[in-house]
Amino acid sequence: MAALTKEETEALIQEVLEIYPEQARKDRAKHLAINDQSLEKSNKCITSNRKSQPGVMTIRGCAYAGSKGVVWGPIKDMIHISHGPVGCGQYSRAGRRNYYVGTTGVNTFGTMNFTSDFQEKDIVFGGDKKLAKIMNEIEALFPLNKGISIQSECPIGLIGDDIEAVAKKANKEINKPVVPVRCEGFRGVSQSLGHHIANDAIRDWVLENRDGDESFATTPYDVAVIGDYNIGGDAWASRTLLEEMGLRVVAQWSGDGTIAEMEKTPKVKLNLIHCYRSMNYIARHMEEKYKIPWIEYNFFGPTKIAESLRKIAALFDETIQAGAEKVIAKYQAEYDAVIAKYKPRLQGKRVMLYVGGLRPRHVIGAYEDLGMEVVGTGYEFGHNDDYDRTIKEMGNATLIYDDVTGYEFEEFVKRVQPDLIGSGIKEKYIFQKMGIPFRQMHSWDYSGPYHGYDGFAIFARDMDMTLNNPCWKQVKAPWKTAESSDVAVAASV
Amino acid sequence: MALRQCAIYGKGGIGKSTTTQNLVSALAELGNNVMIVGCDPKADSTRLILHAKAQTTIMSLAAEAGSVEDLELEDVLKAGYRGIKCVESGGPEPGVGCAGRGVITAINFLEEEGAYDDELDFVFYDVLGDVVCGGFAMPIRENKAQEIYIVCSGEMMAMYAANNIAKGIVKYANSGSVRLAGLICNSRETAREDELISALAAKIGTTMIHFVPRDNVVQRAEIRRMTVIEYEPEAKQAEEYRQLATKIRDNKNFVIPTPITMDELEELMMEFGIIDDVDESIIGVSAAAAEAVA
Repeated sequence: MAALTKEETEALIQEVLEIYPEQARKDRAKHLAINDQSLEKSNKCITSNRKSQPGVMTIRGCAYAGSKGVVWGPIKDMIHISHGPVGCGQYSRAGRRNYYVGTTGVNTFGTMNFTSDFQEKDIVFGGDKKLAKIMNEIEALFPLNKGISIQSECPIGLIGDDIEAVAKKANKEINKPVVPVRCEGFRGVSQSLGHHIANDAIRDWVLENRDGDESFATTPYDVAVIGDYNIGGDAWASRTLLEEMGLRVVAQWSGDGTIAEMEKTPKVKLNLIHCYRSMNYIARHMEEKYKIPWIEYNFFGPTKIAESLRKIAALFDETIQAGAEKVIAKYQAEYDAVIAKYKPRLQGKRVMLYVGGLRPRHVIGAYEDLGMEVVGTGYEFGHNDDYDRTIKEMGNATLIYDDVTGYEFEEFVKRVQPDLIGSGIKEKYIFQKMGIPFRQMHSWDYSGPYHGYDGFAIFARDMDMTLNNPCWKQVKAPWKTAESSDVAVAASV
Repeated sequence: MALRQCAIYGKGGIGKSTTTQNLVSALAELGNNVMIVGCDPKADSTRLILHAKAQTTIMSLAAEAGSVEDLELEDVLKAGYRGIKCVESGGPEPGVGCAGRGVITAINFLEEEGAYDDELDFVFYDVLGDVVCGGFAMPIRENKAQEIYIVCSGEMMAMYAANNIAKGIVKYANSGSVRLAGLICNSRETAREDELISALAAKIGTTMIHFVPRDNVVQRAEIRRMTVIEYEPEAKQAEEYRQLATKIRDNKNFVIPTPITMDELEELMMEFGIIDDVDESIIGVSAAAAEAVA
């Protein structure tokens, strides 16, 4: 199917908006746009980071999800208490596949659920005493923990518990960092505020811990990887490249990360930001306070990897610059082979994305390396600085959708007829039942890593095995012709 | 007689608990089966009936037992003077937790455990001063109290609070069966107090059901942890509470209130000479600013 023209895309958006009541239509219209590469700023065409409309299916999470699930949860040697009723902690347990090395339950705790399991009496009488008791029990049962974070669920903010006071007292008693995080789920419009709150908690309770302590021997090549959550091993596949070009990775935030790494980060020479959305706050803070510059990079697909390696190397001396070239050359045969194998099978295929964080723009290059085209993309919880960074990555007249509703996404897909959709678990089965190949792009559909050269090979294989899976040929009933099924789709609109 | 559920509201410190307990004692004296549900974390709504400093509360017992489901009705329900049943919802000490949730939990518990049996003629909810959140509105939600009595006095802030409570009742009255049943004037001996409260009652669509005069015997009885009815049954004040009880027993005047604006309230005060007829231009201006203009 040929790409839509600007007019056709415009007409499609209008048609999809048609069904909404006036107020909702007015609001949603601001979140749907046609990409125009000539724009410098996205605020000319799209509004983001606003409250979702009541009554629609939104894919967003909450502030607790942003803090516990994304930023803090992967810090493996700390224990993160889900403070409040049991559900938030239990249903977010171990779902994000943040890989780590360690012995779970002994010196690492990533896949475990610690919760204060609030009961009626804890709401009425407050949970501070229980929280203090939990921390004592944690110290007794898991003495190798390196610190505790308190992740607030909704009731904590309602009943006004003083978790900061409990944290300070516990910090004195156990002599380890104890970090209270006010990430109550009702705060903000999505998980995005949770990222910000979590960043602020790191700033206020962790980052200064080693100020004035010069015992850590630094080198001119120290960097920190920020905003890589090591999903399916992403951070490992990235770290090797940085190390091979001669840099020393002092810290990983926060996939397979530790509290000690976080504390040492103010000593590095450069912060490398992968997920800008969730961790730009702390990078900006370190720039201001410790004068550490930061740059964004993209380790999806060989084109973006080479671009990023050179961009990073340009901030160091010739040794590192030569190192970057060596790394690119070293892996060239490998990624050329991947492209040679898969590009002929994927060439010209069209993809629609709807994910969170950095992926709606960062994976575009990887698809393009395989000869594919991203014809629609959108962010669950992006801000306009994310869309600013997206305009140049997307082709003209492609669809951009912010906090897309279930209805809008389905209607767009019916019209655009992409060959592949990359989105989350809630979208997966709907589109598969519509007969469209689908990859779950939040946790790489239980695969990965997708970062780095190693990840690219897996990414290419996964896209091929999904898209070219013979099962899709069996989806259409044999007695239906292609035309009659198109009519059926049209009739169901 | 069908069970009548009444809630007593009013400004903090106005004498809700004292009035309620004396009133309930008088109702018991008249042969009624009555229960008091204290909806205040201070748990001092039943001390004059039980002659106790403070009763164990539903929430404190639930916290001890683990959860409210572990409690039995007899654990929390205590009988006092003339068999009056007493229960306190309880709640946290000031500054922690959620007292409102305590009230909700406690009232749900009483309903589920069948505390409101056929034997009862009256239930009185004695609710903490201000309806600060949904929890303290619990007694006036659907299927709970149908009659609200507001305790007030001739003081400006007490009247202001009464009017605000009337606003709260309107909200629930429109969607349910709760009605304003009258103002109880607990005298502070301000000027023309009975006329003023009668006029306020008329404005918001109800009546002053009784004027309870000030009498030191109430204090003396309180020190003995007793109601006046029990401490000095012959006292004139005991007779006042009996009159209040009789009027409430016979009351049929249940209305959706018509609360008034702040301006109307101030006008009313002026009409009764509480506020002097002053130059309107200086109202709402600080004393220093008014001085400067003059």
